[in-house]
Amino acid sequence: MEKYETHTHDVIVIGAGGAGLRAAIEASAVGASVGLVCKSLLGKAHTVMAEGGVAAALANLDPQDDWKVHFHDTMHGGKMLNNWRMAQLHAQEAPDCVRELEHWGALFDRTKDGKIMQRAFGGHTWRRLAHVGDRTGLEMIRTLQDKGIHSGMDVYMECTITHLIKDGERISGAFGYWRESGRFVLFKSKAVVLATGGIGKSYKVTSNSWEYTGDGHSLAYDAGAELIDMEFVQFHPTGMVWPPSVKGLLVTEAVRGEGGLLTNRNGERFMEKYDPERMELSTRDVVARSIYIEVQEGRGTPHGGAYLDISHRGAEYVKKKLPSMYHQFMEFAEIDITKEPMEVFPTTHYMMGGVRVDADTTGSTVPGLFAAGEVAAGLHGANRLGGNSLSDLLVFGKRAGLGAAQYANELRDNTLKIDDIELENAAQEMLRPFENSEGENPYTVHQALQETMGTYIGVFRTKEKIADGLEEIQVLKDRASQLRIEGSRMFNPGWHLCKDLKSMLIVSEAIAKSALQREESRGAHSRVDFPKYDNEKWANVNSVISKDNGTMKIGTSPLPQMPEELRKIVEGGHK
Amino acid sequence: MAVVKMRVYRGDSNGGSEKEYEVPLEEGMVVLDAIHFIQANYDGDLAVRWNCKAAKCGSCSAEINGMPKLTCKTRLDTLPLDKPVTVYPLKTFPIIKDLVTDVSWNYRVRKTIPPFTPAKDTKWVMYQEDVERGQEFRKCIECFLCQDVCHILRNHDKKNEFIGPRMLIKIAELEMHPLDTLDRKEFLRTQAGLGYCNITKCCTEVCPEDIHITDNAIIPLKERVADTYFDPLQWLLDKFKGSPNQ
Repeated sequence: MEKYETHTHDVIVIGAGGAGLRAAIEASAVGASVGLVCKSLLGKAHTVMAEGGVAAALANLDPQDDWKVHFHDTMHGGKMLNNWRMAQLHAQEAPDCVRELEHWGALFDRTKDGKIMQRAFGGHTWRRLAHVGDRTGLEMIRTLQDKGIHSGMDVYMECTITHLIKDGERISGAFGYWRESGRFVLFKSKAVVLATGGIGKSYKVTSNSWEYTGDGHSLAYDAGAELIDMEFVQFHPTGMVWPPSVKGLLVTEAVRGEGGLLTNRNGERFMEKYDPERMELSTRDVVARSIYIEVQEGRGTPHGGAYLDISHRGAEYVKKKLPSMYHQFMEFAEIDITKEPMEVFPTTHYMMGGVRVDADTTGSTVPGLFAAGEVAAGLHGANRLGGNSLSDLLVFGKRAGLGAAQYANELRDNTLKIDDIELENAAQEMLRPFENSEGENPYTVHQALQETMGTYIGVFRTKEKIADGLEEIQVLKDRASQLRIEGSRMFNPGWHLCKDLKSMLIVSEAIAKSALQREESRGAHSRVDFPKYDNEKWANVNSVISKDNGTMKIGTSPLPQMPEELRKIVEGGHK
Repeated sequence: MAVVKMRVYRGDSNGGSEKEYEVPLEEGMVVLDAIHFIQANYDGDLAVRWNCKAAKCGSCSAEINGMPKLTCKTRLDTLPLDKPVTVYPLKTFPIIKDLVTDVSWNYRVRKTIPPFTPAKDTKWVMYQEDVERGQEFRKCIECFLCQDVCHILRNHDKKNEFIGPRMLIKIAELEMHPLDTLDRKEFLRTQAGLGYCNITKCCTEVCPEDIHITDNAIIPLKERVADTYFDPLQWLLDKFKGSPNQ
């Protein structure tokens, strides 16, 4: 095999968004040697796009708020399918994690008395989201980046991990390649933290960046880890619909948090029909379905969406609290949101499903493999509340860093092996598209997959549609095994897409199989043929995906049952 | 359907040339859409950096018709389409391939800036009016367009002596943080090479985040340094006291 570079660390973190950076900072802080590997340049990860805020019961505006109410809201938002322990830790630790960011230099918007400002958001009982206008994610990633580069870790930018390496059952490293040169690189490490984010690029209409191809989901799956809750894909209610260039681009929930109103073409505030109590600030699954139904039934806007209007708040206020939205609509759609309404429609936004982890350590079912952030599952159950992902990154990023460093430290065995044949196979698999003399263009297959997922496994699902989608996915898998690309190995996006396609196909199959299995509607998973909750059969089970002799196995496992005192919080009134 | 002619630079450190492509024009289309069309339909290996395609990450910087811009934010209908649209990599940084340049210098320099340093017993109370100055600079998406257009870096290649506008607003942000305790004036005067900037404001003009780089960051920093090191009255007083600043 060709020569490759080798780097050795105690902990390798894959992904440098909020969760990856927070994990790397924590692991470094407790003395581990850390390598942070990222697919893009540092500071460009998807966290940068998060807008509305980070949820934490700081109680700066509403003194009635505390972790118990946040826990209660999160569990109800997730339709009780959440991992209770994760939801508990998340609600308890988020406030300190947000304050910690401030101690590292973050400048959140302020209350009159000089505390961190908080805003209302869907499904949150109290004003809970700490924010900086509508660019909270940028503030977070910049703060973590600043802290990270002075924490002693090594950062490997524009480096893509393609395979995890194991010694027996344990993780012993990660294999990948440098984008710039196309050369292979091996990272030897006792522990690997997956912080690779989501899967949105499997769909055509998505708010996600190009990086969101389910890398961590597929790396974990291939390494033998279990994935759970893969049927739960969050469609954010408000993506842009026009012009085509920006279809799917996120319109932050903060628009509704700041008082934005949803209407149909007849001027009706249609949320009155679907959730009269919470109206526009209902949970995302409900609002997304409502907009979808309005359009389906012929009450959509000219470009096939709903109107979202914030102009009544006045130009000055809108520009101050929602500056990115103002510019986004002005520049991309030539719409002045201080004067006229936006048009919005659901867009693929977030993956609730992912790697099954231990709540306290974030350890997966494979020794040495940890996962945090969007790639991990459990915290959000069947539907995530807005603002809970940024707090998720901090709370479980930190825990992952600690968990992985402790694991590496306790692992006495310093003789973890790397199997040369495994590396050879990985390299060969990567190079195949260069060797194929005939084959399809990866971009064509990717477009076909995106069409398939949108058409067959979108907001509303039926048994027939999902089964058809699954069949399509099998055909696409065959097509993807015969790809051909041009050019050299140097910074070759077509080549990279071949690898991304493999991940997206694994994830898509997992979504389809899980969606087919769950014969009920819950949270983000809406079955037209089973439109109601089936609590008897499905309230207490997670879907489980695993690799069995090279094929994808689907099953269920019982949901962990919460202790009595937590059950009381969940079942009690929330005020 | 209308068609737009794109002339995109193809090449690497060994050289290269423009290649012309025809791309169908859609309403609202941006330059990055055209690049993606070329990748999917003509040259799958055309290298371009991009992430969010929403003007939030600052990855897709290039020189469009000679102007440094974000390709995801530049609508084709804002450009003259009677002639081909040219897309080139940033000139100030070494080319890797096609539209991708080696911007690693920025990351190395950034690491040398003394980080945020609050006092040990800080009470974390800050008021909106006090954080707003810093918040303006923290809008920076690190697209490095200001670094690309700055003539000190672009034409005079003073990368060893001058850290560039992006890094100066990073320092301004720290210096204007209400709870930071460090003094970066010596760093500004020496390592940062603040004196090289002769406030031509090219950086401000290309900033996609509309940060007033020159007026709100660089000029105030220059004033702080001047007050400390070059105030004639202070100079005279220091001379009598024997200050090490002279």
